[in-house]
Amino acid sequence: MSGLVVNRLSVSHGAIEALRAVSFSVEVGQLAAIIGSNGAGKTTLLRALSGLNNQTSGSAQWNEREILGARPDALVRRGISHVSEGKSVIAELSVKENLILGGIWRSNKSDTSAAIAEVVELFPVLGQRMSQSADSLSGGERQMLAIGRALVSRPKLLLLDEPSLGLAPLVIEQIFATIDQLRRKLGLTVVLVEQNAMSALEIADIGIIINLGEVVASGKASELIDDPALRAAYLGY
Amino acid sequence: MQKVIETLLIGLSTGSIYALMSLALVLVWRSTRVVNFAQAGQAMLSTYIGFEIASRSEIFWLGLVFAIAAGALVGAGVDYFFMRVLFKHATSGPAAVVAPVIATLGLLGLIRSIVGLTWGGEFKSIEAPASTDGFSVGDGTIPFSDLDVLIIATVSIILIAVAYIFQRTNLGLALRASAYAPEIAQLAGIRTARTRTIGWSIAGAVGGVAGMLVTSNNFLSPYSLDLLLVFGFIAAVIGGLESMVGSVIGALVLGIGLTFILNYVGTSLVFIGGFSVLILVLLIKPDGIMAKGKARRA
Repeated sequence: MSGLVVNRLSVSHGAIEALRAVSFSVEVGQLAAIIGSNGAGKTTLLRALSGLNNQTSGSAQWNEREILGARPDALVRRGISHVSEGKSVIAELSVKENLILGGIWRSNKSDTSAAIAEVVELFPVLGQRMSQSADSLSGGERQMLAIGRALVSRPKLLLLDEPSLGLAPLVIEQIFATIDQLRRKLGLTVVLVEQNAMSALEIADIGIIINLGEVVASGKASELIDDPALRAAYLGY
Repeated sequence: MQKVIETLLIGLSTGSIYALMSLALVLVWRSTRVVNFAQAGQAMLSTYIGFEIASRSEIFWLGLVFAIAAGALVGAGVDYFFMRVLFKHATSGPAAVVAPVIATLGLLGLIRSIVGLTWGGEFKSIEAPASTDGFSVGDGTIPFSDLDVLIIATVSIILIAVAYIFQRTNLGLALRASAYAPEIAQLAGIRTARTRTIGWSIAGAVGGVAGMLVTSNNFLSPYSLDLLLVFGFIAAVIGGLESMVGSVIGALVLGIGLTFILNYVGTSLVFIGGFSVLILVLLIKPDGIMAKGKARRA
């Protein structure tokens, strides 16, 4: 099957198993919300999928090719972009430099310029701030820049780690609406990790609930909203 | 008044050489978080190679080109064969903090011994590429020569080249991104390990130039660059260790300051002056003169 297929993925941090035999699959063009409380293993999962964590066993395939064990820079070249937790921009660089970074692996610079122009069209606010340092942006703008940087690499699979973290409720709503628009417009496959379960499930096709490193429920996002496992994952009963 | 100006000029020439060493140390610190004591050894080995070429061809500049190439190769080699292995084994705990520093000290000793075995311990000298006679001003001469002008010009060219690479090229952006945020750089598709090796190689090349320039007006021995390392360090600390601009400014301030002490107070106080500055900066402004009020964000 094309798309993302994760089969019995386990990740260990030394003696601790942070993720145990996690399996799920996401079809091309779908948005999967990975939800669960703090420490459930959501970030660990994304870090394994983007190559940042290679203490893994099991398998994860993107369009029928294994991705576990590959380095992040190789996966970027295969169309997988990971926006890590906490507005992953480089504060010391300008907005423009952060965007250029997204295409820095390409040998063709004009491709990157074209991709940056598209991103600026999506996020006009970034266009007005190109020469300012990323440090001067608001929280929401930083998140847009982080996503924008990932888009400059023209990914097919976008891994988003808690885009709502530390943002005001109104801005969170905006960010989720933007993610929803983006993936429809660009035909992206998205794996969205969120603590903010309701907002994430509202825009997701499928949901996967993780608790203490294991999948406790998964299915259509619209059905998961009422699943008792969701409450259990957050409230512990 | 003349003495003040001449002191300033000589200080500028001295400080500009410190600037190269200081910049080399800062480049490595930023990219790898290693205080690289081996920088003196790398520069010395490169200078010996440059010296060999310069004395055989009798062309100083050809020697300089070889010293730059040797510096780049040795720098890349130290990171590739040494630091990468070290970081693979010492990933956390006290070992990860101490091991690299001790390792660079060990490497300094090792390179020194190899150079001593190959070239012998005696003093060697390179014929200066320009006159070392001072300019005449009025009835007398000042100790500022064609060579000093050449040194300042060479350093300026090197600094402009490094600034260009860092500010205007994709390689420079990759180097900066990998230094500030290695993980984000990696996620953007940068091969951070390779980029770091290039950073070490640029630092090595810059150190090679520093070694050749110092030697152009002095003797070369397995120990002759130690002072340069010490003053390069002090300059880097004045500049705050993080900032390339700071390292250059720190070096010029130090060079001029020490020359004033030399000319107005006496030779015996130069070291006391240098180390006092080091300790004062560490006590009063440990983040260096370039530090803005707020702490750097993670």
